[in-house]
Amino acid sequence: MNIAVCIKQTPDTAIRVKVADDGKSIVQDGIQWVINPYDEFAVEEALQLTEKHGGEVTIVSLGPAGIEKTIREALAMGAHKAIRIDADHIPDDPSVTAKALVEVLKNGNYDLIFLGRQAVDDDHHQMASLVSQALGLPCVTVVVKLEIDGGKGTALREVEGGYEKVAFALPAVIGANRHLNTPRYRSLKGIMQAKKKTIEVLPATLAAPKLVVEKLTPPPAKKEGKIFKNGAADAAEVARLLRDEAKVI
Amino acid sequence: MATILVVSEVQDGKMKSVSTEVFTAAVKMAGETGNSVTALFVGNGLDGLADSAGKFGVADVVLAEGTSLAKFSPDAYAAAIAEVAKQKDAAVILMSATYTGKDLLARTAQILDTGLAQDCISYRAEGGKLYFTRPVYAGKLLAEVRVDAAPVMATFRPKSFKPAESPVAVKAEKLSLDLPAPKAVLEEMQLSGGGKMDVTEADMIVSGGRGMKGPENWGILEELAEVLGAATGCSRPVSDDGWRPHEEHIGQTGRTVSPTLYVACGISGAIQHLAGMSSSKFIVAINKDEEAPIFKAADYGIVGDVFEVLPALTAEIRKLKQD
Repeated sequence: MNIAVCIKQTPDTAIRVKVADDGKSIVQDGIQWVINPYDEFAVEEALQLTEKHGGEVTIVSLGPAGIEKTIREALAMGAHKAIRIDADHIPDDPSVTAKALVEVLKNGNYDLIFLGRQAVDDDHHQMASLVSQALGLPCVTVVVKLEIDGGKGTALREVEGGYEKVAFALPAVIGANRHLNTPRYRSLKGIMQAKKKTIEVLPATLAAPKLVVEKLTPPPAKKEGKIFKNGAADAAEVARLLRDEAKVI
Repeated sequence: MATILVVSEVQDGKMKSVSTEVFTAAVKMAGETGNSVTALFVGNGLDGLADSAGKFGVADVVLAEGTSLAKFSPDAYAAAIAEVAKQKDAAVILMSATYTGKDLLARTAQILDTGLAQDCISYRAEGGKLYFTRPVYAGKLLAEVRVDAAPVMATFRPKSFKPAESPVAVKAEKLSLDLPAPKAVLEEMQLSGGGKMDVTEADMIVSGGRGMKGPENWGILEELAEVLGAATGCSRPVSDDGWRPHEEHIGQTGRTVSPTLYVACGISGAIQHLAGMSSSKFIVAINKDEEAPIFKAADYGIVGDVFEVLPALTAEIRKLKQD
């Protein structure tokens, strides 16, 4: 199988983010960059499929040269090669990124294209839908279980209140959710091998954005809560506050 | 007059209640922008649902049908939404930011070559433009965004608007659409056990963390949930260890929730968990460690043993409810 996995470099979820002076972006200093957590499930699923059916996994990511460190993380998991679509920044508007990805993906003759459900930085939750629609391919998002049998696939998709079992034919686009699998650790051997793997660099033309960020702000500060320290003896007072002050019961 | 097209979400033949929140937001937005509102139901045989839009102030209803829409298919349904948007000259397209809403409107935005503001919690109309506020970095920051193309598209996070009933008579129009054959098709819907309420749709949530010590102790938590009429949630370690089903996992890589009341039991409050629930209106925390970060997010906190405090709180709330 010939599989592409689109990944994005995002800040580690454990860090606090601060708004930069321009009021529209975040302070980059001191950020620990990682593969977007949902994309790790995408990489793992692609690797498992090629281990079972043969074939190759190509990592595709858009951004400046600095993201190659993150691309090598995916190569260290076992992906075979990578393409970096060269752009001086990662666009705020997912439709701009989608267009640039599609320009590359349409030439790859891929049986499957994986993406994470959403990136944990701007949380757009659009990329798999946009890419599939532009390529005219079937797509299932928020996938927690995937079965591929010859030219056909079945995916279990998480929805509020249950799951949808969705059937499609290959080639197809899959948006990976948490619980699809357990991403493997990078072995020392994998990390060493990743250093020798090829990252092809292709130029990108970024379109004008249709979604514009006007400003970024921290959420409004919360007023200090009432914290009681006498254990169960305070339960009556908190219940009273929930009724009389919060008016929720 | 241009129209605001609200796409209703139908699951298993029923309209999801979150759609009523978007009807309410659209009616308000229409008043501010001088547009009309059109509710759209996609799928065959949904005539019976038209009145549910009228109940929330939307008189114009479009029922989109077609052979490609016999079964749910995200690509065919998105094609239907785009087609209706063109026919009705929609200036704005709105839907609830459920998994399905987010998927369908992203596809529609691609077809219509426009931009989409996803998972918004509020909007404002100013100078003929719409500005949307959406949490980013799982709510650690808020972004104000604008769609610089037409139509303007947005999804609204469940629980961001309170549905307001204002019944009007419905004028339903049936459109038969000739669409391409569906590519991905729903084979089977598997509803979660007992039709339990999803955490994203719940008005109150009682949530447990590692401090609950094991799945066998969830009884005391479920008891409070029952008294309140709340759904149950959990932290990531709890779902990772299989103590609770993963659809209950609340946090940056799980569900993001904004209920009226969130009760955190034995949850320390890792930044990823706080990201998933800090937009709750009222937060109650019970934890034995008074330094736990959850107390910084809490409106009311009790430092103490969850196995003593939680049953006591349940008993006190039950008492107040019986008064």
